[in-house]
Amino acid sequence: MELWTSLPVIVRILLGIVAILLPLLGLVAYYTLAERKIIGYIQVRIGPNRVGFRGLLQPIADAVKLMFKEIVIPTRADKGLFLLAPMIAIAPALAAWAVIPFDAGLVLSDINAGLLYILALTSLGVYGIIIAGWASNSKYALLGAMRSAAQIVSYEIAMGFALVGVLVAAGSLNLGAIVGAQSGSALTWFWLPLLPLFGVYLVSGVAETNRAPFDVAEGESEIVAGFHVEYSGMAFAVFFLAEYANMILIATLTALLFFGGWLSPFPQAWVDGVFLLDDGFHWLLVKVFFFMFVFLWLRATFPRYRYDQIMRLGWKVFIPITIAWILVVGLAVVYKLPPWWAV
Amino acid sequence: MGFEKFLFYCFAAITVVAAGMVVTRRNPVHAVLYLVLAFVSSAVLWLLIEAEFLGIVLVLVYVGAVMVLFLFVVMMLDVDLAALRAGFVRFLPIGGLVAAAMAVQIFLVVGPANFGLEAFPKPPAAPAEYSNTEALGLALYTEHLYPFEIAAVILLVAIVAAIRLTLRRRPDTKYIDPSAQVQVKKGPDRVRLVKMPAEGKVETP
Repeated sequence: MELWTSLPVIVRILLGIVAILLPLLGLVAYYTLAERKIIGYIQVRIGPNRVGFRGLLQPIADAVKLMFKEIVIPTRADKGLFLLAPMIAIAPALAAWAVIPFDAGLVLSDINAGLLYILALTSLGVYGIIIAGWASNSKYALLGAMRSAAQIVSYEIAMGFALVGVLVAAGSLNLGAIVGAQSGSALTWFWLPLLPLFGVYLVSGVAETNRAPFDVAEGESEIVAGFHVEYSGMAFAVFFLAEYANMILIATLTALLFFGGWLSPFPQAWVDGVFLLDDGFHWLLVKVFFFMFVFLWLRATFPRYRYDQIMRLGWKVFIPITIAWILVVGLAVVYKLPPWWAV
Repeated sequence: MGFEKFLFYCFAAITVVAAGMVVTRRNPVHAVLYLVLAFVSSAVLWLLIEAEFLGIVLVLVYVGAVMVLFLFVVMMLDVDLAALRAGFVRFLPIGGLVAAAMAVQIFLVVGPANFGLEAFPKPPAAPAEYSNTEALGLALYTEHLYPFEIAAVILLVAIVAAIRLTLRRRPDTKYIDPSAQVQVKKGPDRVRLVKMPAEGKVETP
């Protein structure tokens, strides 16, 4: 500990970034394997099982393959923007992790407007997709980018309103304080008083990350692969990394904002100091893994939404629900509805 | 030179260069992307003067939503540069006049007399517990509530006008109503099972 505080600030920040990003990228790699395995089992297949013990080395084989592939740049594509797009896609997906707390006080940057920062950065991710679609000089890519832009802008509103509900309930924009406001037991977490907002947030999160059943931006059966149709090799892999990092981010945020983050589901009096049952990082991990599984579960279960129905769901169903529930939460906070807001 | 000053000059330079690129780029998509860059770097400048809430909201609203839609429209445009340049010489005098008038106006309002370190003393540093968001919310909903509400109503009027201008009924299109579609019930609306008597053996000629 003394050694840690004796280091210069910049070194501590850099070490913190490495300590977050390395496990994150490892998790992304194995999330792709988990996706293929889990969807395989749901569809009564085995999934990849040739590389390494039960297919455990498959992500490494994929990464090596992608690294040695040629990056093809289409004729008359806008070369600079074409190569810039994947970087613009991944930068906000990684930068958002700066304000994510992993345990009480364990956070790289404890800023007051943490939730706002996350919302701003996730709204930047769409630029990677739009620029990729435009710079590819391909009609399928442009169609995919168009769909994606409209979808992300629409669902961002519902997502933002759901988060407004959370911050009214918690009375803070700081992610650590939001988790702290939920302390008690599984029944005092925000999923219960904010149940409609939780549903809207989860579904909007799936739509924001362009995952099935909202993956019209890359609908294979209609527009080949959408915005990344012209990408190959590492340029494609970076888009892939950004998408999975965003999924893990949404899963983590759902756990932090609605499911009490690192808090134990049991009342504090029962588990105080008990090994593994007390509050801790492992509870956050369990919750995050569950929501990561939900992403895959949804993909294996539902067929792709039609585009006009996606727009209807976003604008005519989700936004009215969130606005109505913000009013309910506001009244509950003002009138100190027990057990959540009783002083 | 402190680190903060260094950051300020870096991002100020980026803002100025990007703003220059916005008006000089031939390709409109590039121009819009430079505008996005100018917004992001000015958000950083706002962060440096401890206006964290405004800085992040600038990125969230302008970069994350407004510019995305703007980019979207510009990408769909078919810009014909030759047509745009036609009549450049003919309109040059009047254009120059308007530009000069605007430059003079700007100079009168925000001329060098309004700037300088003596005009703006360094504000006292905010206490550690000071929250930008709370201060802004308090000012907006108590002191400035009335102008705030008026601004909201003006925006509402703009929304209603925009919708009224663009909404037109097109009875000739085969538009599907998705909300009617999702309300289809399995029983009466979708599938009707009909019990048919078997036809019996058919005589082959």
